[in-house]
Amino acid sequence: MTDDVVLVERDGAVAVVTLNRPKQLNALSDEVMEALVSRLVELDADNEIRCIVVAGNERAFAAGADIAMLAQTTPVEAATSARLARWDAIRKIGKPVVAAVSGYCLGGGCELAMVCDLIVASETAQFGQPEINLGVIPGAGGTQRLTRAVGKAVAMDVILSGRFLTAREALDAGLVARVVAKEAWFDEARRVARAIGEKSPVAVRLAKAAVNRAHEESLQLGVEYERQAFALALASEDAREGLAAFLEKRKPDFRGR
Amino acid sequence: MSLVAEVETRRDGAVLQITLNRPEVFNAFNAALHAALAVALKEARDDEIRAVVITGAGRGFCAGQDLTEFSEVADDIRARLESTYHPNIRAIRTLEKPVIAAINGAAAGAGLSLACACDIRIASDAASFVPGFIGIGLVPDSGGSYFVHRLLGTARAFEWMTSNRKLSAAEGHLWGLVNEVVEAERLLERATEVATLYASLPTRGIGMTKRLFDHADTATLEEQLALEAQLQQAATQTADFREGVNAFLEKRPPRFSGA
Repeated sequence: MTDDVVLVERDGAVAVVTLNRPKQLNALSDEVMEALVSRLVELDADNEIRCIVVAGNERAFAAGADIAMLAQTTPVEAATSARLARWDAIRKIGKPVVAAVSGYCLGGGCELAMVCDLIVASETAQFGQPEINLGVIPGAGGTQRLTRAVGKAVAMDVILSGRFLTAREALDAGLVARVVAKEAWFDEARRVARAIGEKSPVAVRLAKAAVNRAHEESLQLGVEYERQAFALALASEDAREGLAAFLEKRKPDFRGR
Repeated sequence: MSLVAEVETRRDGAVLQITLNRPEVFNAFNAALHAALAVALKEARDDEIRAVVITGAGRGFCAGQDLTEFSEVADDIRARLESTYHPNIRAIRTLEKPVIAAINGAAAGAGLSLACACDIRIASDAASFVPGFIGIGLVPDSGGSYFVHRLLGTARAFEWMTSNRKLSAAEGHLWGLVNEVVEAERLLERATEVATLYASLPTRGIGMTKRLFDHADTATLEEQLALEAQLQQAATQTADFREGVNAFLEKRPPRFSGA
């Protein structure tokens, strides 16, 4: 059903969620965001899926918000609408989400990539928060997440001047985890997802939550969370299996419990 | 609007010949020439084109910036370089096909940079290479400092580019600046011959090889190995790979489509 604005493909323990509005460079309309969140929430609850990839197409991951829609939005709507809840819902997904970025990753698209857990980028990827050109500012976490990712200096340059970061710059600045040849971005994202999918899902979930604490909270609180998460991981069957397998010099068989 | 285009293009099978066409000023760059070259390089991206030849009309290859129109450029040369010269240099490097400079005469300044931005240089025995920039107190631009340095190595590149000495085609060949020197009358014929050969080879493999070599100067071994592996994966998925292997097994010459 290629009319769907969001497509889902399953490949073993990996689910690939593809934004499908290529003519609009995957501009994030209400329809797209609603469908994206619904799919992510479904996959988060699906026991067979261990890692999710979110991707666009070669030309664009997502080139921003739906501008026509934005032009119709009132300030009150902007502050209170269901749109905000969708971003929170993505952040709340417990399973790891890998953003596979090729081409334009701008505005809301960049914010979407940053709310995912890690970004794998094509050498053609371009990252930016050009909302300033429209007389507004990033409104879906861009000012917060970009600054945390790349530091104040680079974030100010990107957000105030509207300039884009190349894939290489984004890698050097800490925004993306991997940059590969433009023929290899989709494959690379799936490889990363598969590798994550082979680990203990219990440990992955706890590790993701712990890293997010480091990203979002104070060190002391984060360390305390990590300690509890560690103990919880250790209590899992998967941990007993993982440790035993190591000592017995064999591959572990993680069951997700 | 001029009656004759500043850049002419001609298709011959899968080869696109791009001719800089301001022979009265040795094909010096002005705004119109930049714009016309940009259009020609865009045409080179058509799938049917598998090799490109860039040459100059008349006695010169390209004399660089047209100084009589320099006032066009001098105020904010940074912005002008970015809006006119750089896009064409980038277009040549990112075009995933072989680009052959058929250097029919003097290549000076940004004309030298243009020649050096190409993948292969075939020079007429009447051609010459002139740094140019330093002669009016400027630095190499349009990639000249990058490409000349890469081709000649630091020692020669610095000494030559700052001396402003004219280099003959023979010297250029000796130094590795030029791949081949041919008699002036035969230049275009030879360049076309070479381009036609390239146009019959696996275009995608050539394009990816071009990118690999562009990365090689600054990549570490590890980075290069990783890039090779990624591109090899893509190469094995091309039709020309399958054709190459099949032709070998069937003991016949391959017929590469470029896909």
